[in-house]
Amino acid sequence: MNLARRTLIGIPYLWLLLLFLVPFGIIFKISLSDYAVSIPPYTPTLDLSEGWQGIRGFFAALDWENYVFLTEDDLYWRAYLSSLKIAVISTFLTLLVGYPIAYGMAKSAPEWRPMLMMLVILPFWTSFLIRVYAWIGILSNEGYLNQLLLWTGIISDPLQIMNTPTAVYIGIVYTYLPFMILPIYATLERMDDSLLEAAEDLGCSRLSAFWIITLPLSRSGIIAGSFLVFIPALGEFVIPSLLGGSSTLMIGKVLWEEFFSNRDWPVASAVAIILLLILVIPIILFQKNQEKNQEADA
Amino acid sequence: MRRFSWFNATALTAGFAFLYIPMIILVIYSFNESRLVTVWAGFSTHWYGELFRDQAFLDAAWVTLRVAFVSSTIATILGTMAAYVLVRGGKFMGRTLFSGMIYAPLVMPEVITGLSLLLLFISIGLDRGIFTIILAHTTFSMCYVSVVVSSRLVSFDRSVEEAALDLGCTPFDAFRSVTLPLIAPAVIAGWLLAFTLSLDDLVIASFTAGPSATTLPIKIFSSVRLGVSPEINALSTILILIVTIGVISASLVSKRRIVQQQRDEQMAEQAQQ
Repeated sequence: MNLARRTLIGIPYLWLLLLFLVPFGIIFKISLSDYAVSIPPYTPTLDLSEGWQGIRGFFAALDWENYVFLTEDDLYWRAYLSSLKIAVISTFLTLLVGYPIAYGMAKSAPEWRPMLMMLVILPFWTSFLIRVYAWIGILSNEGYLNQLLLWTGIISDPLQIMNTPTAVYIGIVYTYLPFMILPIYATLERMDDSLLEAAEDLGCSRLSAFWIITLPLSRSGIIAGSFLVFIPALGEFVIPSLLGGSSTLMIGKVLWEEFFSNRDWPVASAVAIILLLILVIPIILFQKNQEKNQEADA
Repeated sequence: MRRFSWFNATALTAGFAFLYIPMIILVIYSFNESRLVTVWAGFSTHWYGELFRDQAFLDAAWVTLRVAFVSSTIATILGTMAAYVLVRGGKFMGRTLFSGMIYAPLVMPEVITGLSLLLLFISIGLDRGIFTIILAHTTFSMCYVSVVVSSRLVSFDRSVEEAALDLGCTPFDAFRSVTLPLIAPAVIAGWLLAFTLSLDDLVIASFTAGPSATTLPIKIFSSVRLGVSPEINALSTILILIVTIGVISASLVSKRRIVQQQRDEQMAEQAQQ
């Protein structure tokens, strides 16, 4: 192996090892430490000047106490469960909203498609924070939605949507919609319309042709889109903290507060490690699905 | 057979209305006279003036732009190298780990990435500031660049590269004069993606910035937490405008390139006949 090849592989490899893999080791180590009023706020810290004795003492002081604490305080259990619930429901809602759009795009005239594509991608390039912010003005008690509903006389008192899980669902569906539309659109666009024509010639109604043919054929797009929404939604921080208020419990927010408000770094690290363990399964499933798609394409 | 029905038309109209109405409202109310964002009191560009006089916002914007520019440039170089290694590098020790480390950051929750990097910086005693944000942003955006570039590397004909090598090019020359021009659109797209991701990032920047550096998303987040403000609407409008111009011109450029390519192919075919 020559030097040029080694450098080419070595530089990005080392970068990711140092800035991606090693930090996980550090999180794990700190999750086994104890909270302390010091800088940095945990103990033990590795002191190499004491030699072998110092290293032994360091390992002896690590324990699983923070993980035990997480199981004892029901705040964390409820936060994990409520994150899972919110992520599952909002993934399903995003699918319900996104599928018809992807379907409409795939069935539109070919000369329209690049323009529609651009319209889906444009919000994706726009700041995430701003897209969430836009909903504060709409959903708040004196917001545009309540103004409209009060003006039309549909309701007589403003609806409380802001600072409820509903607002979080709306926020997640809105910001992650492009991630759902694009993979579904990709599978629907490739679909052969003659299958549907054959089904209709054989006496299938349009609706049952959709259930029997279109939906199963777009399965890989649905799975890919659902994972792309579910995985980031599970650890979401910005949406629950801006739209959810104190009534919505999500683990990303708990981790943030544990770190920035309580300054309890060991517990924050333990929360992160558990979240990572929960995410490993969907991430592996997602990767399997992607590999299968690539094989199908080849 | 045309399959465009009323159902499709409704789905598209309702879908795009849902995507765009919140942003349109945001833009309209940035020209509102009143400090109360939700009450219309007449047209005014007052809040834009206010925004440009707010030194804290201008400083944060400047920090954000510098971080985005430097981190996306390094990320593009590293990401292109990584993509080349993954697609053309053949087998080497730890290849599976390498590709895992490229794909994992794409799906990693930001809170975890941010926390892990912060703990790394603390334990090696690196002072937090612009430099640490750049390191953090480079790390996750190089993975996005690598994915974009490797999909382009996979799709083009490898024989042109081999021809260059057969004709006596060194691997580096072949890369510079054959491969690089062919993957250039993907490299540029990767840079733009990295740049936008960096501009947009709140969570990772909050963990790695420390008290000394404030980026625009951190500034926006802290003022938005206190409620809606017309200055944020004005700032959002400017950002939306920049993105819209960027995306539309990028799609025009790529459309023209496709047309050009088709014309070249036609001419090549005619020349053969």
